[in-house]
Amino acid sequence: MKNLVILGAGTSGTMMANHLVSKLPKNEWQITIVDQYATHYYQPGFLFLPFDIYTTKQVKKKGSKFIPKGVRHIQDKINIIKPEVNKVILQHGETLPYDILIVATGTKIAPGETEGMNGPKWHKNIFDFYTYEGAKALRNKFREWKGGKLAIHITEMPIKCPVAPLEFAFLADSYFKNKGMRDKVDITFVTPLDGAFTKPKATAALHHLLEEKKIKEVTDFNIERVDYENDKIIDYGGTEVEYDLLVTVPTNMGDPLIERSGLGDDLNYIPTNKGTLQTLDNENIFAIGDATNLPASKAGSVAHFEAEILTENILRYINGEPLKEEFDGHANCFIETGNGKALLIDFNYTHEPVEGTFPFPGVGPLSLLKESRTNHMGKMAFRWIYWNMLIKGVHIPFVSATMTEKGKHFEEVN
Amino acid sequence: MEAKTIAGIDLKVSDDGYLEDMTQWNEDIAREIANELNIELTDKHFEVLNYLREKTKAGETLTIRKVGKSGIVDIKELYKLFPKGPLKFSSKIAGIPKPTSCI
Repeated sequence: MKNLVILGAGTSGTMMANHLVSKLPKNEWQITIVDQYATHYYQPGFLFLPFDIYTTKQVKKKGSKFIPKGVRHIQDKINIIKPEVNKVILQHGETLPYDILIVATGTKIAPGETEGMNGPKWHKNIFDFYTYEGAKALRNKFREWKGGKLAIHITEMPIKCPVAPLEFAFLADSYFKNKGMRDKVDITFVTPLDGAFTKPKATAALHHLLEEKKIKEVTDFNIERVDYENDKIIDYGGTEVEYDLLVTVPTNMGDPLIERSGLGDDLNYIPTNKGTLQTLDNENIFAIGDATNLPASKAGSVAHFEAEILTENILRYINGEPLKEEFDGHANCFIETGNGKALLIDFNYTHEPVEGTFPFPGVGPLSLLKESRTNHMGKMAFRWIYWNMLIKGVHIPFVSATMTEKGKHFEEVN
Repeated sequence: MEAKTIAGIDLKVSDDGYLEDMTQWNEDIAREIANELNIELTDKHFEVLNYLREKTKAGETLTIRKVGKSGIVDIKELYKLFPKGPLKFSSKIAGIPKPTSCI
């Protein structure tokens, strides 16, 4: 019996377990998946939790519900990966030998990387919304907040879901408008980038929306420390931004397990072939989703597209065939813009987000890079798709893993 | 892309002034680009520039965090050397492409 071990039962790991269980012969392969937590969170929902759009119940379910029969599910913390002997050692002593290892341990916030961030004011007037705890604490704060300066801040790139902080700013604008207190809230968007987003074409569209919603932008801001005593953030160049309420996206880093195992770069991400998803140092270790160092967005849609290609490459690896260098960095993201509208963007390693229609060329119904109510409905429907199709590895009709160029207005980037 | 003469050499530069071909670079070119940015280059500057060029040649992606851990300067010092553009200005002066660490 051979062993395929998946580390992490989040979006990527769960998808891989579901894809592979039907593809690998049961009499030859034992699939095992390990995760320290019992709960599977719908992470895109963390964006909506602070604004009382989603309830806590809508963003979490028992993880074991999504692990298919025939896959061994272990709930334990992973101590270390030992690539030289092809073994994974768990915290409670069990050793898992593997023939193939898939690392899907994701990315986490690391507020400790910035001086003063997770000090005495953490979750008092400094919040994250990238964790369940952070998003919930912020919801409670917003419910009673009387207004003031709200700074929405990105510490450093890369971060999971790079559009989420912008969406947060748009939703905050709507939320306080609906509460009849928008005039009491001064919203500032603070970013280390030189514009609203990482891709120039989308940045122009998003900058326009920020202006329209009277959200101020502070760009090229590389934070040195949080002065929590005087409620301001200070960058290395000496620029200061004052806040009454700071909503920050701390430095994102791969799991400490990756560092302990000596497999990561300076942010604990695993150097991975960007076309095949095989890790660069070990041919029988593959990585997927946020755990990789790929120059693609860290997002569920990217993981979804990667999963289809990785499944094929695992089968090729087993059969001794050359791997397909097929992954193109495809990402597909709804951007919630507030007031029941959303944008949709579709891009990859080489193509900028463009205008057009999705998924049917020339038809839609979703429009790319334009605000619409249909896009918002798409984003809301996505929660159902996530729990019922995506993580179960069911193919989403008409949406292909690699990006299609039909029905889009392209401009090549270098 | 446009053509530009810097330190007596005809160079191709990007729309925002980054060298298209890093092998055309020399220290005089660096000094002239630095002058335009009101930066006077010291030995420490050149240590950073050489580090950036080595890493770029090796195909590595550069970030402020990485330079801060290079052992040459910490992030604070990098800001002092290249005020307002720690990675952008230093990359421009080093003759390497505009940093695209953001995704």
